[in-house]
Amino acid sequence: MDKSIEETEAEIIEEFSMFDDAFDKLGYLIDIGKSNKPLQEDLRTAERLIKGCQANVWLHSELKEGKVYYSADADADYARGLVTMMIRVLSGHTPEEIMKAQLGFIETIGFSSMLSMKRAGGLASMIKQMKLDALAYKARG
Amino acid sequence: MKTAELNIESVRKDFPILRQLMNGRPLVYLDNGATAQKPLQVLKAIEKFYKEQNANIHRGVHLLSQEATVAYEKARETVQKHINAAHPHEIIFTSGTTESVNLVAHTFAKKFLEKGDEILITEMEHHSNILPWQVACEEKGAVLKVAPVNDKGELIISEYEKLLTPKTKIVAIAHVSNTLGTINPVQEMIQAAHEKGIPVLIDGAQAIPHMKVDVRWLDADFYCFSGHKVFGPTGIGVLYGKEEWLNKLPNYKVGGGTIRTVTFKETEYGGLPIRFEAGTPNIDGVIGMAAALDYINGISMDAIHAYEHELLVYATERISGIKGVRIIGTAAEKAGVLSFVVEGMHPLDIGMLLDAQGVAVRTGHHCTQPLMERFKINGTVRASLAFYNTKEEIDVFAVALIKALQRL
Repeated sequence: MDKSIEETEAEIIEEFSMFDDAFDKLGYLIDIGKSNKPLQEDLRTAERLIKGCQANVWLHSELKEGKVYYSADADADYARGLVTMMIRVLSGHTPEEIMKAQLGFIETIGFSSMLSMKRAGGLASMIKQMKLDALAYKARG
Repeated sequence: MKTAELNIESVRKDFPILRQLMNGRPLVYLDNGATAQKPLQVLKAIEKFYKEQNANIHRGVHLLSQEATVAYEKARETVQKHINAAHPHEIIFTSGTTESVNLVAHTFAKKFLEKGDEILITEMEHHSNILPWQVACEEKGAVLKVAPVNDKGELIISEYEKLLTPKTKIVAIAHVSNTLGTINPVQEMIQAAHEKGIPVLIDGAQAIPHMKVDVRWLDADFYCFSGHKVFGPTGIGVLYGKEEWLNKLPNYKVGGGTIRTVTFKETEYGGLPIRFEAGTPNIDGVIGMAAALDYINGISMDAIHAYEHELLVYATERISGIKGVRIIGTAAEKAGVLSFVVEGMHPLDIGMLLDAQGVAVRTGHHCTQPLMERFKINGTVRASLAFYNTKEEIDVFAVALIKALQRL
């Protein structure tokens, strides 16, 4: 059975709760990034680039049977970890579900740097782009 | 000068923020190039101002306003003495280095720049000392010329001199590079420009916390710096300009405080420095910045310079010895900055893993994208030092870096 967005968020919160040290938490996020399947070279285009201040993230999405599927890559392990985690939460859901997602898990697992990135940094741009893609699919009906 | 002249234990007590834990570890603050921490003496000066002196300055008939005015103008004299300017009115208070450069670029271009003229900067400038000149050139049809740096991050002086042409109207250069730490030989560079009748602006943002600056010895026409990088508050900075040059520049921002008389037909503006200080200024910022300068002068700039030099040499040895590390910026004369890259690793990842261990550094292009392009890198990890840092902190940094690199 497919998990809901909230169920995946809860799963991630539990995984991160195993670490109480910021270094280990971050290390885990980096491992998540390293486990990400690299994006095909021809999908690393300027249109798919989400330009953060420091790291570049390429986000690709497609709609299959009413659900959005994302794939992505980044030039920094930290950013790749973040985007891989976001994909795990949002991919395979309908545009409506994605647009409604509150993504509260970031606050729960978050270390300070991740929180500030959700407000103003690369993570904010990442979430915005994922939701914009969903919105575009919804608009196309 | 010996390290012993700087009592590090006593100094660190003046900076309560250094006792904080970050991510559960003692904070090792190595991001001083971005902003420096503030000693209690600065915090107390600001508190005293608001508790005992707060009023708007200039033109106030009441005693409190007069006291605030005295404090504000005394601060101007503190800055004047600190950089050895000839007159207090050569010190213009701005919001920071960026505004100081903008002020000169805008007003200088308005009056002196014409189509085909050239402005000369260097490859190692901060964006704040590039963009105002770029805009000026675009508006006037002038050309921005750039003096190159060598692989060590030193300016190629022979190239610089070749670029001083009859078309060059002004030169703008960093005293110390915020990314490389290179100390430019600005006195010689100014002399070379002056021999051709060209005025020079120095971006001193990264020099002023680390060394004694004497604008008259340098013979700088303009010298800019920020309060927050020299242990004062944010939002306050200085434009020093030689009286003759400031008098030649047209108005920048106008408004309350800049005038003698106003009618709807015409306005007679005041003289220096008020002509360039429109609106109620950042009074507490000025007072806080002066307290910061008093504080570092109390320690002695020579002792600070000597101590930091020793610390930078130590840090360079420790960090460059770590496998995979390549130092960016290996000039013979450096101050305060240790920038590096690690092959195959993104600076952001290194910076994040250092932060998780309580070590605060900066990563990225440091607002010097053209310089990144010059070195063909996408960014660096930058540790920037202040006199309150210690060798023990450098050891913590080195161990944390090794751990971070192993994790990546």
